[in-house]
Amino acid sequence: MLTMIGKRLMFAIPSLIGVVIVTFLLTRALPGDPAAYFAGPAATKEAVEQIRKKLGLDRPLIEQFFRYTNDLAHGDFGNSLTTGQPVAAEIRNRLPASAELTLLGLIVSVVIAIPLGVLAATRPGSWVDHLCRVTTTAGVSLPVFFTGLVLVYVFYFRLGWSPAPLGRLDVFYSAPPTVTGFYLIDTLIARDFEAFRSALSQLILPATTLAIFSLAPIARMTRASMLAVLASEFVRTARASGLSPATVIVTYAFRNAMLPVITTLSMVFSFLLGANVLVEKVFAWPGIGSYAVEALISSDFAPVQGFVLTMAVMYVLLNLVIDILYGVIDPRVRLEG
Amino acid sequence: MKRRDFLKSVSGLAAGAALPAMPSVISTAYADARSETLLIVSEGGPNNLDIHGVGTNVPGYEVSWNCYDRLISHEMKSGPGGVPYYDRDKFKGELAEEFRIDDMSVTFKLRKNAKFHDGAPVTAKDVKWSLDRAVSVGGFPTFQMSAGSLTKPEQFVVIDDYTVRVDFLKKDKLTVPDLAVIVPCIVNSELVKKNASEKDPWGLEFTKQQTAGSGAYKVTKWTAGTEVIMERNDDWVCGPLPKIKRVIWRMVPQAGNRRALLERGDADISYELPNKDFQEMKANGKLNVVSLPFSNGIQYIGMNVTKPPFDNPKVRQAVAYALPYQKIIDAVMFGLANPMFGAAKDKPTEVAWPQPHKYNTDMDKAKALLAEAGYANGFETTISFDLNFAGVNEPLCVLVQESLAQIGIKTTINKVPGANWRTELNKKEMPLFTNVFSGWLDYPEYFFYWCYHGNNSVFNTMSYKSAEMDKLIDGARTAAAIGDKATYDADVKGFVDLAFTDIPRIPLYQPFVNVAMQKNISGYQYWFHRRLDYRALAKG
Repeated sequence: MLTMIGKRLMFAIPSLIGVVIVTFLLTRALPGDPAAYFAGPAATKEAVEQIRKKLGLDRPLIEQFFRYTNDLAHGDFGNSLTTGQPVAAEIRNRLPASAELTLLGLIVSVVIAIPLGVLAATRPGSWVDHLCRVTTTAGVSLPVFFTGLVLVYVFYFRLGWSPAPLGRLDVFYSAPPTVTGFYLIDTLIARDFEAFRSALSQLILPATTLAIFSLAPIARMTRASMLAVLASEFVRTARASGLSPATVIVTYAFRNAMLPVITTLSMVFSFLLGANVLVEKVFAWPGIGSYAVEALISSDFAPVQGFVLTMAVMYVLLNLVIDILYGVIDPRVRLEG
Repeated sequence: MKRRDFLKSVSGLAAGAALPAMPSVISTAYADARSETLLIVSEGGPNNLDIHGVGTNVPGYEVSWNCYDRLISHEMKSGPGGVPYYDRDKFKGELAEEFRIDDMSVTFKLRKNAKFHDGAPVTAKDVKWSLDRAVSVGGFPTFQMSAGSLTKPEQFVVIDDYTVRVDFLKKDKLTVPDLAVIVPCIVNSELVKKNASEKDPWGLEFTKQQTAGSGAYKVTKWTAGTEVIMERNDDWVCGPLPKIKRVIWRMVPQAGNRRALLERGDADISYELPNKDFQEMKANGKLNVVSLPFSNGIQYIGMNVTKPPFDNPKVRQAVAYALPYQKIIDAVMFGLANPMFGAAKDKPTEVAWPQPHKYNTDMDKAKALLAEAGYANGFETTISFDLNFAGVNEPLCVLVQESLAQIGIKTTINKVPGANWRTELNKKEMPLFTNVFSGWLDYPEYFFYWCYHGNNSVFNTMSYKSAEMDKLIDGARTAAAIGDKATYDADVKGFVDLAFTDIPRIPLYQPFVNVAMQKNISGYQYWFHRRLDYRALAKG
């Protein structure tokens, strides 16, 4: 097992090197001149040149690249010009915010989508099946920012049930001391239940938005894969042997139907991290997506490179976890490098 | 039917989960904190707390303005609609208790009881160090200082612990006003020097992250891109103690949400909303909306005069007659702008800027002029705008495109990403574009120096060069410095007239600064920098 993990990580190295090179070149190929941007509205040509020199952008590309990789090797992702902070620190602070939101959205989504998909598959053509179809179609056809805005409009602006969409905590609460970076967990560790409630109520709308969006692929994949498994011979055998429907569905069919669902889950998760950007914008969420987009808009190289690199590492790890999960769910799956 | 069921079940779910959070809103500690705290929501936040830093953005100026003091500041006067408005011509001491302007220098006597946030007294050596820093760090601060002929550290002389003299390089009417802008702020020199390094002699890395001033507020927490929290400096002596104890400034990227926050009463102040929202909020009267014209600012259509067809003044005049001025004011600005067009034929030119020109939408005249210029069948060109301000620029350009098509000028719209806009401006190759310029220093010759002078600064976006124009602008600057009013008036009128006949750029309107706030917020002041001054604000 461990050797397998080690091997997998080894294989990830060339792709990461590729990512470093490609992002470096891509950010350099972006239109826009960061020196002119950051020299301010009233800059003369000399002022722009001064800034360019200060940022080290007057050097040849190859030298910039070596300096960048050298810094990377020392764990230095560089400084963001838009926020003025070291990129590594910012990503460390913002990643948990995005991860907490995405995970919660995914959990909500899974809790609704999997039973819905299973029920729809066991009763094809019934009202559950139609409900499944309608919700998934509706969920996937509404753009996330639109769902988000509608939710804010209804639950915050009209009904006043939800707190103001002002990020992770109400303005008048202070953040819990960082342990995991997940406010739901950190507030509990700090035994600050009011802050926990605040953090939770801030999370509900954005997590629901993400969940609505991600219902569709999970529910449909569950339904399709359950249908295929239910039609297979071992299920017929199980039924014929007089096993209770619950045992047949949960123990035999569902477990076998899980593999494609897990694959979909991993895809949905990466998908959600992308969709996050819009949700983060709508809910003023201090996450990693909005950070990267803002950096991109202002041709701020370092955060974009840092973001892509972090994401690449996360994908590698995510894929690894999924592969391990495969083995746990289905012992027939061989773990190979 | 089933979809509705689903929606109901989801709403029930969300509601049930949100309800437990309600009681905390009513707790008393919370209410107290609320009444002494100002919650500001805006789209962007600072990227640097020090205006002397590399590439500090405009929100960063607001922090500097409130957390640092300057030697002098402006008095207030009553502006349009009775809103307090900074008085361009009247100065008052801020850190300076008194000051005396002589022929070739100005001398400041500092307040003896002024202290920095860490308790160190503000002395003349801090003033000198800070002004030296402003003229030496390069980039925007140095540039802004030079606009007032403040360029050399030797100009700042320490007389004794509490007296500083600023020597003039030459007579320049803008030197004293330039000491009252945001840039010449006074920094705690001992503290910053302690945190400076060989590579960073001015300690810019240190002041980027924290405020080291003597101002009425100090930053206690800053999470870039998320929030800034500022607390009142209770030992501030440079003016009456501000009423607001704490300022929480949150970044809310979604304009719709900012409006919702205001209308629900959760946020106290917001700006940077679409004009339509401001206009609607004004109309429904639940909030106070203050709209004031940008001082010395104009949105315009510029034309590159170095290349055909816009090198022909007749073509430029034709365009000026073809623009849909009123439509732009109504449909793009929702009335929140001062028209800069259609002055009466017999109206004499004033010694003022901005002032409306005499062009009006007149398609026949435009067609005639275009035919005279030899473009009876029109031509093709592109119109460019900055995507950062797409909310205004995009509909504006569409209207212009539509109008120009009527006289045979076919335009393609070129949307330039914000990061690229300045580069494009610097290249000076865009044939037709819209842009906005506004000067901190509210003097016509200042505006013209940047926008029309043949030294071709980045704001002379049209690459306009005219010996006559240069002579008039330089003449007005010299006349202002020596106080020759007759020549000054003649020169200002001269360059305004020339700008309107030659029309390299066509002024459209003077935009408004819009700020929406709760009814219980008072004390808003308009400043040349158009950001908030928390010191005057009060709540309740």
